[in-house]
Amino acid sequence: MNALFSKVITVLDTEPYRLVVWVVAIVSFVALNAAYLVWVERKGAGRFQRRPGPTEVGPAGLLQPVADGLKLMSKQLLVPAGADSMLFRGAPLLVMAPVLMSLAVIPFGRGLAAVNLNVGLLMVFALGPINLMAIMFGAWSSRNKYAVMSAARVVSQNVAYEIPMLLVVTTIAMVSGTMDLNQIVEQQSGAFWHWNLFRVWVNPLMPVTFLIFYICMLAETNRAPFDMVEAESELVAGAYTEYAGMGFGVFFMAEYANIVLGCSLATVLFLGGWQSPFSFMPGVTWFLIKMYFLIFSVVWIRWTFPRTQFYGLLNLSWKILIPVSLFTLILSAAMIKMLRAPS
Amino acid sequence: MIVSEPISRSVAGSAPNETFVLNLGPQHPATHGVLRVKMTMDGEYVVRAEPVCGYIHRMQEKMGENRTYAQYLPNTSRIDYLSAMNYTHGLVGVVERAARIQVPPRAEYIRVITSELNRISSHLVWWGAFLLDLGGFTPLLYAFDDREMILDLLEGITGARLTYCYYRFGGLYNDVDETFLKGARRFVAHMRPRLKMYRALVTENVILRKRLIGIGPISAEMCRKYGATGPVIRGSGVSYDVRRAEPYSVYPELDFDIPAYPEGDSMARYLVRMDEMAQSLRIIEQALDKLPGGPVMAEKVPRVLKLPAGDYCYAVEAARGRFMVRVVSDNKEIAYRLKLRTPCLSNLSLFEEASQGMLLADALALLGSLDLVIPDIDR
Amino acid sequence: MNALREIYGGFKSLLIGMRITLGQFFRPTVTVRYPHQSLKMPPRYRGHIELVGNPETGKPLCFVCKLCERACPSDCINVEGAKLEGDKRKSVTSYKLDFTKCSLCGSCVEVCREGAIRFSRDYNLAGLTKEEFLLDLVKRFQAQQAAVKAEIRNPKSEVRSAKSELSAEQKPQGQLAGAVKDGGSVS
Repeated sequence: MNALFSKVITVLDTEPYRLVVWVVAIVSFVALNAAYLVWVERKGAGRFQRRPGPTEVGPAGLLQPVADGLKLMSKQLLVPAGADSMLFRGAPLLVMAPVLMSLAVIPFGRGLAAVNLNVGLLMVFALGPINLMAIMFGAWSSRNKYAVMSAARVVSQNVAYEIPMLLVVTTIAMVSGTMDLNQIVEQQSGAFWHWNLFRVWVNPLMPVTFLIFYICMLAETNRAPFDMVEAESELVAGAYTEYAGMGFGVFFMAEYANIVLGCSLATVLFLGGWQSPFSFMPGVTWFLIKMYFLIFSVVWIRWTFPRTQFYGLLNLSWKILIPVSLFTLILSAAMIKMLRAPS
Repeated sequence: MIVSEPISRSVAGSAPNETFVLNLGPQHPATHGVLRVKMTMDGEYVVRAEPVCGYIHRMQEKMGENRTYAQYLPNTSRIDYLSAMNYTHGLVGVVERAARIQVPPRAEYIRVITSELNRISSHLVWWGAFLLDLGGFTPLLYAFDDREMILDLLEGITGARLTYCYYRFGGLYNDVDETFLKGARRFVAHMRPRLKMYRALVTENVILRKRLIGIGPISAEMCRKYGATGPVIRGSGVSYDVRRAEPYSVYPELDFDIPAYPEGDSMARYLVRMDEMAQSLRIIEQALDKLPGGPVMAEKVPRVLKLPAGDYCYAVEAARGRFMVRVVSDNKEIAYRLKLRTPCLSNLSLFEEASQGMLLADALALLGSLDLVIPDIDR
Repeated sequence: MNALREIYGGFKSLLIGMRITLGQFFRPTVTVRYPHQSLKMPPRYRGHIELVGNPETGKPLCFVCKLCERACPSDCINVEGAKLEGDKRKSVTSYKLDFTKCSLCGSCVEVCREGAIRFSRDYNLAGLTKEEFLLDLVKRFQAQQAAVKAEIRNPKSEVRSAKSELSAEQKPQGQLAGAVKDGGSVS
């Protein structure tokens, strides 16, 4: 039995099979997460509001995402008259693709990364703006002036928050000396005070850096309190207005997939990835625990705060986050120079 | 104070004076009701906002000309369903004033207690709905949780939860029982820490403060011009409250403050309403302490109520402002003319002038801070 | 420095808010899972009206004075009656309530001098047609009496006794209630 098992593993570890296994794994991970994060969100919303959340469909409402998915799939996929049909249909695909690709470089455990790129960090941020472009494609091709207005806002919001995020990530790259995500996690081995979050001897403002990254992650994924895209549909129609049925469903799932990506990046960069806080039994379980804790905090924040105003959002980014992240970048550069140690 | 400047017209060759009409249709996702606002927009900025009301006109004043005074009582609850007790008080007060009916003191105190409970429940709905407009979904449910306590109390004595038909000419429908009195005290004790929690959760929240401070300034002159009353004018610095200006019922014997804030922006109106909830709790406590015994109904109230010919009016401080009932009677059982002066119509009229040049989302925050109930506008 | 203090104060307010909601997260829910669980209505709850019976004869107390019909602001009550052999007063033969128009104001209950109508505690009303809400109160009364008889004969039956819904507090206690002098509207 054991011999058979190890034979299967060695076969799967060779190239074409390994790729297939990883593709299936990542796609199913994203799909299950996107579906069940909806359940987590609704249950969480319910509990924050002192009510049970979904309970009818399935035990404790666990089949609710299935019901929602079936409902969305049963709707007719409309393409509005005069809309650019190829872009309109292609936009949902373009939204999902970068997330799936970026998850290929995230190390889930020791040796558990689909691709071992030594510029993994750069790849994630290169793929990031694609989903932003996809929203713009979708809104533009809908031929609906409210959708275009709303999408224009999304673009300016995302661009404004890309900048502090990239500055923060540059700080981490400088502090770690590498862009390979596996290496970054390896450097945080040991107990939890070795994590990047607490690495204040190299960059005294490390917790602030984490905070900036977290806020930028919320803004990039269009989550409350920065969710003008979805909420604007109260007054003006949102960017997804012409999408019906599963087209909208894919945008929705992509949002949750982006949250998963953002939280796993935060875990890898700041919270030690798959390292355990007490330096015994590190592994993929710790990664998942940390990632889901961050996702819970994203849900928590959504249900606590009202929405910011649009100019408040841009003010926050341009006037507060960018100066602070620039300052931390310069500070860590100075500290590294003084200490003459790259780690 | 934010001064919103219109965007420069000569930007990158865009056509000047290109405005479009955005229709905030009669159906809102928010709980305002069926109000249509025709907004002429210049990009993001509101050039002109014209409210169009009348989608829920139910001819309340005409019904007043076709029903006897007693038959009109259920209508009063439905004009502004959130502060129904106060509106019934208006009608009951005008008939008692005209027919010179003396209300026993126990009934007056119970009227004050129930009116103030109703005011708190109305402000809780406003608070929850306003925050829902602004994007915070959770405080609505906390507010409704507290409101359940009030509604259960009032259900125990009147039998209804929203449209109480509790006051009668000369007193009340029935007396309150021990459960209500104990429950009211328990509610006051429960609500004070909750108000503190609301303060910490929402009022002090920096996101909310950024959304409300300086937004939608309304000056006291504008309030006077349009006849706005209630928290709108108190949020512009004028300490006008019908309970002090034209005292009625047993309010002169109770000790409470009138909160007023001079800034005139949405945050001032917000704070006025939160403080009013605290003051209402004070009033309820005092009224519970001072509650006398005795009958709850005047004796010898005539069966067929014919008001002597003449022109009578009676004003109360409802949750949204000054509500006045004017009855013109020609010595019949049915009024010749029943006029309802409702606060929301006056409060809404200043929206057109106050929202010029504002961003759309700010204009909606202003609309929410005016606390409108549309059936009150249309009657 | 002021700006930094402002940022710090703002951030602290966000954390305080988050702590409050987290506290609420761990508290029990306050909702009732209707329809799996039901609420019990207080004694004075205003459901639609129903006829009260005379405990000795088992017949409705109503003798068709039609005060309720006149007092109703919405014209939703229609009472008919006839004088049976050997009775001094009329007996009610048909009492129709148009519940689609009723506003539960209570004028009818208040003006009735016999206490022949009272509020029921029926709140689980849902129907598919409008006709289901044109209530026939005499039929309801008879069904209730039959249920009472069935209960007396077979105490373990599942039918709930109509008598248990009778409550003295449902009658209006103002001085108005019993003192109707002549016909006309109620004040």
